[in-house]
Amino acid sequence: MTAPSLHGSAVAARPAAVTARGWGWRHAGRSKPAVRALDLDIQPGERVLLLGPSGAGKSTLLHALAGVLGDAHDDDAEAGDSDESGSLLIDGASPREQRGRAGLMQQDPETQVVLSRVGDDVAFGAENLAVPRDDIWARVHEALDDVGLSHLPLDHPTSALSGGQKQRLALAGILAMRPGLILLDEPTANLDPAGVVEVRDAVGRCLEKTGATLVVVEHRVAVWKDLVDRIVVLQPGSSTDSGVLLDGPPDQVLSEARSMLVAAGVWVPGYVPPTRLRAAGSARGTGDLLLAAEELAVSRERARRKGFRKVAPVPVQQGISAQVRAGQALAITGPNGAGKSTFALTLAGLLEPVDGKVSATLALSRGAGIDPYQWKAEQLIERVGTVFQEPEHQFVTGKVLDELLFGPRHLGHGEERVDELLERLRLTGLVDANPYTLSGGEKRRLSVATVLAAHPQVLVLDEPTFGQDANTWAELASFLSELLDEGTAVVSVTHDAEFTAALGGTELRLAAAAAVAQ
Amino acid sequence: MRQELNLRGNHALLTRANPLSKFAAVFLITAVLALSIDWVSASVALAFEFLLFPLAGLTLTLLWQRGWPLIIAAAVGGWSTSILAPDSGKTLIDVGIWTMSEGSLELGAGFMLRGLAIALPAVLLMSCTDPTDLADALAQKARLPHRFVLGTLAAMRLVGLMAEEWQTIGMARRARGVGSRGNALQRLKATLGQSFGLLVQAIRRASRLAVTMEARGFGGGKRTWARESTYSALDLWVLAAGVLMAAGAFVAAIWAGTWNMVWLGS
Repeated sequence: MTAPSLHGSAVAARPAAVTARGWGWRHAGRSKPAVRALDLDIQPGERVLLLGPSGAGKSTLLHALAGVLGDAHDDDAEAGDSDESGSLLIDGASPREQRGRAGLMQQDPETQVVLSRVGDDVAFGAENLAVPRDDIWARVHEALDDVGLSHLPLDHPTSALSGGQKQRLALAGILAMRPGLILLDEPTANLDPAGVVEVRDAVGRCLEKTGATLVVVEHRVAVWKDLVDRIVVLQPGSSTDSGVLLDGPPDQVLSEARSMLVAAGVWVPGYVPPTRLRAAGSARGTGDLLLAAEELAVSRERARRKGFRKVAPVPVQQGISAQVRAGQALAITGPNGAGKSTFALTLAGLLEPVDGKVSATLALSRGAGIDPYQWKAEQLIERVGTVFQEPEHQFVTGKVLDELLFGPRHLGHGEERVDELLERLRLTGLVDANPYTLSGGEKRRLSVATVLAAHPQVLVLDEPTFGQDANTWAELASFLSELLDEGTAVVSVTHDAEFTAALGGTELRLAAAAAVAQ
Repeated sequence: MRQELNLRGNHALLTRANPLSKFAAVFLITAVLALSIDWVSASVALAFEFLLFPLAGLTLTLLWQRGWPLIIAAAVGGWSTSILAPDSGKTLIDVGIWTMSEGSLELGAGFMLRGLAIALPAVLLMSCTDPTDLADALAQKARLPHRFVLGTLAAMRLVGLMAEEWQTIGMARRARGVGSRGNALQRLKATLGQSFGLLVQAIRRASRLAVTMEARGFGGGKRTWARESTYSALDLWVLAAGVLMAAGAFVAAIWAGTWNMVWLGS
């Protein structure tokens, strides 16, 4: 090498400045703009936390800054297309014309990985920016080192990474592009507490080193509060008001706008939303035994055929025993990969046990047989109801009302309960809406309501509070506490200590998986 | 399913050859075998292919685990050809409508061996070729548009995810009371509904992945390649072996007088 290359590893990128002047954006096919009249200045090197109720256009702003909003070549824009007003600039130029100036990380770790080997994935962005080959690998090593993944070989399969590791890998891929602006769109919403800290600390280290500007969107303020030096609260734009509601140092904004943020469902540090308390006399160990697991070994995989032999899957967890009692909460906790969800799904009659057994008592089975896995679907739903982590997985119709009536119609009874559920879960105004178009909190409430419409005696919930704002969280916890008092058994898989505390009951802690897949 | 696309742990010689030269060799062999149904050319090619196993890091056990449906399909095809093909020569078995004669048995054996001999090179190719290396070769050496090649490669990662998602959606729907058991019509309806659910999720995932790729600068004009796809002396050997195997099978069949062009009828 003769002269130090412009792309060489010693040159850090210049931090970027952001300027918005009356900026607005309407998505194609929508009547209302997602962002309206936004005026905002972010200085190079500033670290900003963006807050605001859902619908305030936080993600839209981040996508626009990343240069991925709409068609980048919209010379032939049509009337029904998306619509932009005002200006949004990075260092005085349009984000679309500066590929690689900003790097974006989104929520779902699975879609933040592009290629199947760790090294290739980090190199991907730098390749697209036409960085010379030797420089790319220097950047890859440096970026992996910065995010704390340098212990992995470059050909390590990306599918073998945990959620937190996938997000750190995505961060490395962004760093390898040497961006002046790092954009994080709820980067830790899908992670367990250990993963959240892992990603947050990696972001902190990288900012320290590169000095890049940061804009992060996140409900849980406590995670990012100490890392940012400014909080901007957005509001759904109207024709008169500006898009920015509040703007200032974290402590000032949090104290000035505390009640407003709480009302908007933001997780303000040191505040746990009040929830309904369990009625007195719900002591542990009481209530009829409904379902028991004995020495259970669980796996998501079925027995696999290898030629003529059938090979039983390697269990992710084994030797689990637990009891589910009427009116009692059972919280299943433990680190990622411990097989919590797999255990819950096995308990709920959706997966076949690898070993050991799940048995329903007569109080629950009512003549359907002892093994829930063998029950017919109609028998299952009025005995054990399961709410999946991703509500969309469970939608089976195109309308909220049909969704709720689906279970009762199949069973041939119970349609009268639907009105009450609509009322209690605040879905009355949405009966004609398409379930896929609801907001995150509405989808969660609907998925709980649909399962409850069949009136199961046992309710199993997989990470019901993941990614939920504080309002939905409190509503859900209060509602479940009522159900418990009415005698329903509630089994929840959760990382959420406050949620477990709100429901009370027993905690079953699963240790990190003992069995390792060969 | 996801592990099988991964080549970690396979350090056999052929993993180092350029995917394009391997493709060319496989094409030559299968093209010759596709021309004739006869047991000599198929057996010669099969014998060569078995010799290549260690070079591709493939063992008989692995082959059986990965390729058993193909092997069974070839066997069934051979069996049915031998009992259904027009008879010629001495009749060996006669059970009512099923007869097996020397002529039909020969045709059946040829059919089975040919099926195996055509399928095996593909299994060999897959077991010693990494999809990422294949994409690099297609874009850099075969000059296919990189947007298309890399887009496909990234989408292939999602296929494994979708297999897991299919299982999850199946369980989630059972929890809603949609049974995958029952009569054929009910099961068909359940499968259609589940497919729709999967389609929705696939589109969501794909559009998020597209945003990720675009945000990393994908889709612009010029790009560089972190991994250079290269040819080496090994690739000459791979091509030579392909030519040799194809020619060997052809010459052996001509010499034995069994060469039997498919379109000339039997």
